[in-house]
Amino acid sequence: MLLASAKKLRSFGIIGMNQRNFGLISRYNPRHLYPLVDDKLKTKLLAQQAGITVPKLLGTVQYQHDVRLLKDILDPHAQFVIKPVKGSGGKGILVITEHEHNLYFKPSGDALQLHDIERHVSNILSGLHSLGGKPDMVMIESLIQLDPVFADYSYEGIPDLRIIVFRGYPIMAMLRLTTHASDGKANLHQGAVGVGIDMGTGSALHAVQHGEPVLFHPDTRKTFSELMVPHWDKLLQLAAACYEMTGLGYLGADIVLDRDHGPMIIELNARPGLSIQVANAAGLAPRIAVIESIQEIDPDPGSRADFSKQQFAIDPAIAPPRELRTRRNDHSW
Amino acid sequence: MHTKLRLYFIVILLIGLGIGLILYKHFVLGFPLSPDDKKPVWTIEAKIDFIARGDPIIVSFALPPKTSDIAIIEEDFASPDYGFSELVSPTGRRAQWSKRTASGSQTAYYRLSMYETDSITEEGTADLPPEPEKPEFDEVLKTAATTLLDQVRSRSANTETFTRELITTLNSNAPGQNQSLLLNDQSSEEYKTHLIINLLALEGISAHIVRGLYLQDGRRRQVLVNFIEVYIGGQWLLFNQDSGEIGKPKNFLIWQRGDQSLLDVVGGKNSQISFSIIKNVHSTRNLVVRDSMNKQAGIIDFSIYSLPIEQQNAFKMILLLPIGALIVVIMRLLVGIRTSGTFMPILIALALIQTTLLTGILIFLTVVGIGLLIRSYLSRLNLLFVARISAVIIVVIAIMASISILSNKLGLDQAMTVTFFPMIILSWTIERMSVLWEEDGPREVFIQGGGSLLTAVIAYLFMTNRTIEYLTFNFPELMLVNLALILILGQYTGYRLSELYRFHALERRHASSQR
Repeated sequence: MLLASAKKLRSFGIIGMNQRNFGLISRYNPRHLYPLVDDKLKTKLLAQQAGITVPKLLGTVQYQHDVRLLKDILDPHAQFVIKPVKGSGGKGILVITEHEHNLYFKPSGDALQLHDIERHVSNILSGLHSLGGKPDMVMIESLIQLDPVFADYSYEGIPDLRIIVFRGYPIMAMLRLTTHASDGKANLHQGAVGVGIDMGTGSALHAVQHGEPVLFHPDTRKTFSELMVPHWDKLLQLAAACYEMTGLGYLGADIVLDRDHGPMIIELNARPGLSIQVANAAGLAPRIAVIESIQEIDPDPGSRADFSKQQFAIDPAIAPPRELRTRRNDHSW
Repeated sequence: MHTKLRLYFIVILLIGLGIGLILYKHFVLGFPLSPDDKKPVWTIEAKIDFIARGDPIIVSFALPPKTSDIAIIEEDFASPDYGFSELVSPTGRRAQWSKRTASGSQTAYYRLSMYETDSITEEGTADLPPEPEKPEFDEVLKTAATTLLDQVRSRSANTETFTRELITTLNSNAPGQNQSLLLNDQSSEEYKTHLIINLLALEGISAHIVRGLYLQDGRRRQVLVNFIEVYIGGQWLLFNQDSGEIGKPKNFLIWQRGDQSLLDVVGGKNSQISFSIIKNVHSTRNLVVRDSMNKQAGIIDFSIYSLPIEQQNAFKMILLLPIGALIVVIMRLLVGIRTSGTFMPILIALALIQTTLLTGILIFLTVVGIGLLIRSYLSRLNLLFVARISAVIIVVIAIMASISILSNKLGLDQAMTVTFFPMIILSWTIERMSVLWEEDGPREVFIQGGGSLLTAVIAYLFMTNRTIEYLTFNFPELMLVNLALILILGQYTGYRLSELYRFHALERRHASSQR
């Protein structure tokens, strides 16, 4: 069947785009708070004030004529990431993993000249990647080092963890793994693998690529059944703390694990997408209902994380993530 | 909950107002709901001939009454060198021509254009007429009349059946002795009418003569036909004096009520009157607009119709935009089609209206395709963003000019309509698509480009529908209904059609894990 029945989707608690825009974003996210997350420099500053680790800022470029200074900023660093400050959906992010004389190498091995990078920077400045084409700024960050836990599950990129935080409570999590198809980007639209994560333990539940279930990473052929996100408690607390940081009732926290510095917040999103439901094979609605029924929000992010951990853990006895253990019944779908 | 209630209130108010206005215009002002609604318009010409005797002349002619079941478009009075005035008296309108002196044969014309309206005439109770005077018959006739009336009375139950029975008896093929005596030999129409009225008066029933004209296309030298109107139960009923049928026949114009003369000529002789009738078919909408403007109905007087024609034409287009907006809302919120730029499809649809569908799509694809090629070269030139989009605008204009010139040389007039495409929008489309191509690959470009085009085509199909075009322009209050619909759609929190596909894998997985 090509189309799901709306009735069944509703019974699974799947939230649609209209419902998200109407019932979550416009109700829980006051408009004036958007700049805090739409401007990544502001987010970074907020996170630092809150004592949350973020990738190190190597430099910024604000004006077109400062593009000339780019060489001086980049010279001391062998690896760096160039990002539009107001970009969305991972657009306009350029990752350089190697720097030799005048050549800069992307994770894929493609070489870029300095003027290629300058052009990219001036494109960002003129607002190519920003919402509504507004003039933008460029920030240059230190490159995140791949945590060895994920070495088998990513291809030419850094996986990131998306946690949906509702009224301060983390309610759903998904690991986004880079693939060859996604060009090393952790973007599901482009073919990254989304892995639903059990809120209780941090272990993998389901995985999807292009909306279809997958059982192993398409490039590394590694099955997801052994995948387990480390530092799970810490990550949940980190995500929960984003609520105090921004005041947004419905947000998506993008967290990466750095080999040397541990969990870091790289981006916050006031309009997180809905694919997380596909990766988790579960709807957001029941979890949102649980949180909405809480009268008083616990002021401590730690205890909120604990609450979510207990509340939303998948009991393996009730709903076994069966397809991760056996493939015998695949054809019977 | 409170805001929701308020919204529903506004929605109901808007829909009520919109539909109410439409119903008012349809039922009270007679606006047709279909653009093809046509009405026959009758042009009746009355020609009055007489011989003048060289004295001062006054010609007085009865004009048809202005009732609500007919709408008079135009009235003309023509006769050379005569003074003219229209008099309104309690017994009806009269035209009066006058001249100090004239001799020889004279002619006066009266021309009337009218159509029958659909509005239901309110049959208000008419005032009770005075008791009719008993007519004077000589002895023989009186006896015949009394006998006849006795017969008729015995065969009828009330005034209505009495009148009908009387008329049929008088018209019967084998008249009895009484009838023949009453009808005499000189049974002219006029005589028969007065006989019936007199007989009714003898019975104490009020009646008067009604003169009217059967409307038939292409008829000449017609005369007025006599009918009898009888006061029954608080209103006047019209009887055909030849058949006894009740009610006004179809295509019949009542010209004059009552016993006043149709035509008086002072200072002339041998006066004659003849009518000729022509039928034309006109669009009901045009007739109604003109009629309402004449009557100065407030809703029409302060409407788009009061604007100059050029502005009216502009509004014809502008009023279609809300339909396009509604389509976009439906496509995006209910179907979940992704378009590049929210309202770009409407602008494309507007351009398609000018170019026709197939040509328009071909031109659009050509311009965007060539534009994308050139844009990909521009991106290698390392340009700043604003300069690049400006360059794209110039490129687009160049492409459009080439298409125009080329098609002109090839004799393809259709492709010259390329100028109707909005250049800035096309440039933005090209720029967006090109960035999309670089970042998300060609697949996303086809999805969004196809989505935009599909939405544009659907919007085009709706916006070019004759009925929709007609309704949006003639019933601008439809916009309120449209607004209400959009407000309701803005509340829709259910799934989009595309999400049913997006999440269909989920359903399968749930099904399998529950087994």
